[in-house]
Amino acid sequence: MIEIQNVHKSFGQLEVLKGIDLVVQKGEVVTVIGGSGSGKSTLLTCINGLEPINSGKILVDGTEVHAKSTNLNKLRRKIGIVFQQWNAFPHLTVLENVTLAPRKVLGMAKAEAEAIAERQLMHVGLGDKLLAYPSRLSGGQQQRMAIARALAMAPDYMLFDEVTSALDPQLVGEVLETLKMLAEEGMTMICVTHEMAFARDVSKRVAYFHQGVMAEIGAPEQIFGDPQHPETRKFLASVR
Amino acid sequence: MFETALSAADLIFLAKGAGITIVVTAISVVIGTVLGILFGVLRVQLGPILSAPLTLFLDIFRSVPLLIQLVLANSFIGMVLKLQLSGFFVACMVLSLYTSAYCAELVRGGIDAVPGITRRAARSLGMSWAQDMRYIVLPLATRVALPSWIGLALGVMKDSALVYVVQVTELLKSTQILITRLQEPLFLLLICGAFYFIISFPLARFGGYLEKRSSND
Amino acid sequence: MFDYTFQWNQVLVRLPKMLDGALVTMEVAVLSMLIGITLAIILTILRLSGSRPLKAVATGWIEIARNTPALFQIYMAHFGVASFGIHFSPFVSLLIGITFNNAGYLAENFRGALKAIPDTQARAGRSLGMSQIQAFGYIILPQMLRISFLPMTNQMVWAILMTSLGVTVGMNSDLYGVTQDLNALTFRTFELFAIAGVIFYVITKFITLSARIIASRLFRY
Repeated sequence: MIEIQNVHKSFGQLEVLKGIDLVVQKGEVVTVIGGSGSGKSTLLTCINGLEPINSGKILVDGTEVHAKSTNLNKLRRKIGIVFQQWNAFPHLTVLENVTLAPRKVLGMAKAEAEAIAERQLMHVGLGDKLLAYPSRLSGGQQQRMAIARALAMAPDYMLFDEVTSALDPQLVGEVLETLKMLAEEGMTMICVTHEMAFARDVSKRVAYFHQGVMAEIGAPEQIFGDPQHPETRKFLASVR
Repeated sequence: MFETALSAADLIFLAKGAGITIVVTAISVVIGTVLGILFGVLRVQLGPILSAPLTLFLDIFRSVPLLIQLVLANSFIGMVLKLQLSGFFVACMVLSLYTSAYCAELVRGGIDAVPGITRRAARSLGMSWAQDMRYIVLPLATRVALPSWIGLALGVMKDSALVYVVQVTELLKSTQILITRLQEPLFLLLICGAFYFIISFPLARFGGYLEKRSSND
Repeated sequence: MFDYTFQWNQVLVRLPKMLDGALVTMEVAVLSMLIGITLAIILTILRLSGSRPLKAVATGWIEIARNTPALFQIYMAHFGVASFGIHFSPFVSLLIGITFNNAGYLAENFRGALKAIPDTQARAGRSLGMSQIQAFGYIILPQMLRISFLPMTNQMVWAILMTSLGVTVGMNSDLYGVTQDLNALTFRTFELFAIAGVIFYVITKFITLSARIIASRLFRY
């Protein structure tokens, strides 16, 4: 369970998160929508401790992420994150990209890590690219590799930060299919996205962020069918 | 607080050395750059196979210690040709060729950096080869190569410290002469180093600035 | 005009001695590179550190190395430190001088290489649970190596050429030093230094060629 309690976060003078409260249960898929600068991506990087927060609390399975005593490297093993820019490691093959963290962070033997990596890569449809270098892959393939790389750590939670935003339109579908598959398998996910159809189909709940505040959260039917907040209505009208 | 036997006459002696350093550098950089542009353009024009002898010749200056180049030139002129040329002349000659070898590389790199499409555009406007070179390629190549050229000129100044081997008393040699006499190595070396640094540092920074500027646009 | 008779035989019999000198030259260059690379990494880290004095030390080192003659740096290592009562052998002085120079130039280069790698690479590593050191070692460092490989090769060539300066502090076991001593013995200046030049040329070509082969093996991506 991820519990976000009254989280405030500023970059210098700019307050990007103004008191966020959100609880995500195990097995739940929550999507976060909203305009740019609404703070939705920042929230994800706060959840796995890549960004510090100014006040409030984030608990992952009861462990406070930003407590001094928390071993972040250990905590991050159970929180996978995939970014808009897929950040493939260019000097490693696809297989090495995926086995690196299991071997070096979890101390897994090479053969074992490779078995897991192959399974995950097969899962995202890259079974035939194991020995290729990322520069040989399309953006969509690199993004799916990044997903497999995160999954190889066997995380309990997956965070997706606008994973299709930097892709060519014709490559968006393959990545969304991969996310959908994960959701159906019961992975706990928080997805920041601009893909409204995806949000509607996959999520259990949809949250709308506006200027650092979570303006509204609810079932997808309610958010898309009967938005309560005027800003939500405005936003949905603008993206349609 | 600090005592030194360094006299005003010694300071003038050092200043003379510094003057020689600057003059040798200036002459070599000017001649070396002219030759370097010539060699660089020639290499591009002739293509890799025809220019191979030139490439090999220039490569020697970058692969053999400058000290050896100076000794070889000096002994060849003095012992083999039996010519009475001053060390200053030999120093400038060798340093000029040395500079031209590096400069030719910069010129070649600069010309290669001008997109072929730009050159085709110039030629399609009816420009001759010479006009294309003069108005399109060289100005663009200069922009690319200028920061490295500044680095090269400063490199030549630092390397000119080696011309002592052909009996030219430039700054570092003057310093060494004073060290032997006054036995104050650290103090004298610091003066000498400061001189190089004061010239080199701002110019190197300026070159870095130019490089940053051209890589940003 | 050409009444000078080249006497190559007299010089070629000394070739084994010169080749021994070439080995010393390579030894100095390799050592100065190994220590220089290590120091350059340390300088790069110091430069990125938050501490102002440490930053100043690193920047000072790098700028002095890059803005004064290598020969000056060797003089400092030999005559300069003598003012403090420290007396190094010619070999050590030469090694210190070249190493100081290598470290300065390489550190500047490493900084450029580091800048060329996006921050998001380290971030991706951290988000997989890697420590800062792991992310640096497994993700940043290998990519830096590729960017810096050619400049490191050039610096190695420079290090070879710089060994010739050792003679100014009394070094006589390296290629240049041996050649100079033989010259005092035989007075075949041109022949001796021409051979020395050829040996230097072969060494530098060997370095650049093997670097090219290593690079093609190492960097397949």
